[in-house]
Amino acid sequence: MDIANQLTLALEQAFGPSAIIICLAAIGLNVHFGYTGLLNFGQAGFMAVAGYGVASIVSTWGFSFWLGLLVGLALTVVLALLLGIPTLRLRADYLAIVTIAAAEIIRFVVGASSLRGYFGGQDGLQQYTGSFFALNPYSSQMGGLGLSWSKADFWIMTVGWGLVVLFSLMIFLLMRSPWGRVLKGIREDEDAVRSLGKNVYAYKMQSLVIGGVIGGFAGFVSGLYQSVQPTNFATDITFFAYTVLLLGGAARVLGPLAGAVIFWFLISFLDNFFSAATSGDNPLIPTALMSHQQASLMRFVFLGVALMLLMIYRPQGIFGDRRELAIDGR
Amino acid sequence: MAADTPTAAEDMSTVARQGLVDVEHQPGAKKPDPIVVADKVVRKFGGLTAVDVEHLEIQRGVITALIGPNGAGKTTFFNVLTGFDRPDDGKWSFGGKDIQGLSAYQVARLGMVRTFQLTKVLSRLSVIENMLLGATGQSGESIWQAMLRPLWGQQERDNTERADALLKRFQLDAKREDFAGSLSGGQRKLLEVARSLMVEPELVMLDEPMAGVNPALKQSLLGHVKSLREDGMTVFFVEHDMDVVRDISDWVIVMAQGRIISEGPPEAVMSDQRVIDAYLGAHHDAALSVEDEDAILAAAREEIEAAEEQESHG
Repeated sequence: MDIANQLTLALEQAFGPSAIIICLAAIGLNVHFGYTGLLNFGQAGFMAVAGYGVASIVSTWGFSFWLGLLVGLALTVVLALLLGIPTLRLRADYLAIVTIAAAEIIRFVVGASSLRGYFGGQDGLQQYTGSFFALNPYSSQMGGLGLSWSKADFWIMTVGWGLVVLFSLMIFLLMRSPWGRVLKGIREDEDAVRSLGKNVYAYKMQSLVIGGVIGGFAGFVSGLYQSVQPTNFATDITFFAYTVLLLGGAARVLGPLAGAVIFWFLISFLDNFFSAATSGDNPLIPTALMSHQQASLMRFVFLGVALMLLMIYRPQGIFGDRRELAIDGR
Repeated sequence: MAADTPTAAEDMSTVARQGLVDVEHQPGAKKPDPIVVADKVVRKFGGLTAVDVEHLEIQRGVITALIGPNGAGKTTFFNVLTGFDRPDDGKWSFGGKDIQGLSAYQVARLGMVRTFQLTKVLSRLSVIENMLLGATGQSGESIWQAMLRPLWGQQERDNTERADALLKRFQLDAKREDFAGSLSGGQRKLLEVARSLMVEPELVMLDEPMAGVNPALKQSLLGHVKSLREDGMTVFFVEHDMDVVRDISDWVIVMAQGRIISEGPPEAVMSDQRVIDAYLGAHHDAALSVEDEDAILAAAREEIEAAEEQESHG
């Protein structure tokens, strides 16, 4: 078994497009949950409307890719408003219920066979990204330090990590401002903030829109990397994004970034390791203990254990401040 | 201290207090210079009428206490006035402007700021951040300007200066950088009052400011509340501690079962029979002599005997 090779593969994944998708989704959730205390369980829905927005504008209606991006972003704003208007005046739990339901509704609608003509059913939409890859400056495999990526992936990574840096900078600037202070105040106690003359509803709406739009960019990258399909926007991606956020530390600018890299490194390393350890004529782990098929699920078992250990020994995440957790909710 | 040359604000508060001398000691009494006027405010929870206030005026520039037994509707009335609860009926004005139907944040912006019975500090924000959140009209609180510090940096420095001065006054300056959640109960009360002053209110409404505060801190909090009046602010507060009420209030309003049952200066109100009855129940003070007790017992015995007789006959 070649551990060095597996580490290389895992590192390529940790910095590859998959990590970018989850990182952008988590940055959006950080605005919602980390800073404002909004429980958005439907980040996958924001990703889906953006991803399908651009894909269907190009594939179904034949307009340009760039117009599609604008339409996709407009759709995430509309979705945020639709979800926020009825629920943001209510207790936090209602937003959680509505967002998770909305994300599922969107996934089933775009996957419906009766709408196959518009959204391609379960197969989704492909080959709409020509305009993006036409701009690819790379002509061959790229990489360094023993790592390498295809030229398409490297182009996605260039733009994707650029977006991550851009949004992280934006979050940093926003959250050190008085505006960010109001959001953090709302997270702690919205009635107190209201009693000081702040329009809490408007701030929550702004937060929902901004986090949703950043989630929309995760949807764009997902579409560029994998094509848009209903399965790419299932509920699990929302919860992976939460995992990434808690791993890195909520309400920390660099939390989602570190979380995403570590998460994908662990996921792919464990996958490769157990796959290799159970294959071949004389596997490292005897077939009596674990079959090759079972091995592919082992990564989630270990990830779960790792998360539990994290919550026990470092509940604030990597960048979190332990003092914050010492304070109870009151 | 310039004790012999009172400031304009102190002058005003003296005038305001003198204005109360001629006010009759009746529920709903007219005040010479009311800052809040409420009419027919009704709030029902199902079959229970929690608040049913016919008419109420709060004098500007003085300290008015709202007292009453538990469940009298004091906090509900507070919530209704400040827009945190919607009444079933009624209208009320603040500084001559009708404010029923306004949201809580709009009421606060007008200069009517409240604190809460269960102190609401923003735990995972530092003390200074708690204070700064109270400042109104911050351009940096707009999403479009937030990212550019030059647009709000100067205002932030001015607000920080004001916040630091208030923290010093409330003896919280040593805690400036601590998380508000790490403060003691009494310090949280102080922070909440200090934070509400950042809004630059005309009327400060304190819901049980002394609850859970130790005696030493209570004295200092009392001094702070009095100093608000000296600064020209109007204070309206709910309190259970009668010593506090007697000590600092210029006027006392008594609520029981949702209604206002008495009004007047502290001494007058506390000897008012209606107030004593509301707190302790009517006829609580009728002494029970040995003869009375015997008579009651004899009557009871007779009743029992009569009932037994009837049973044996039947």
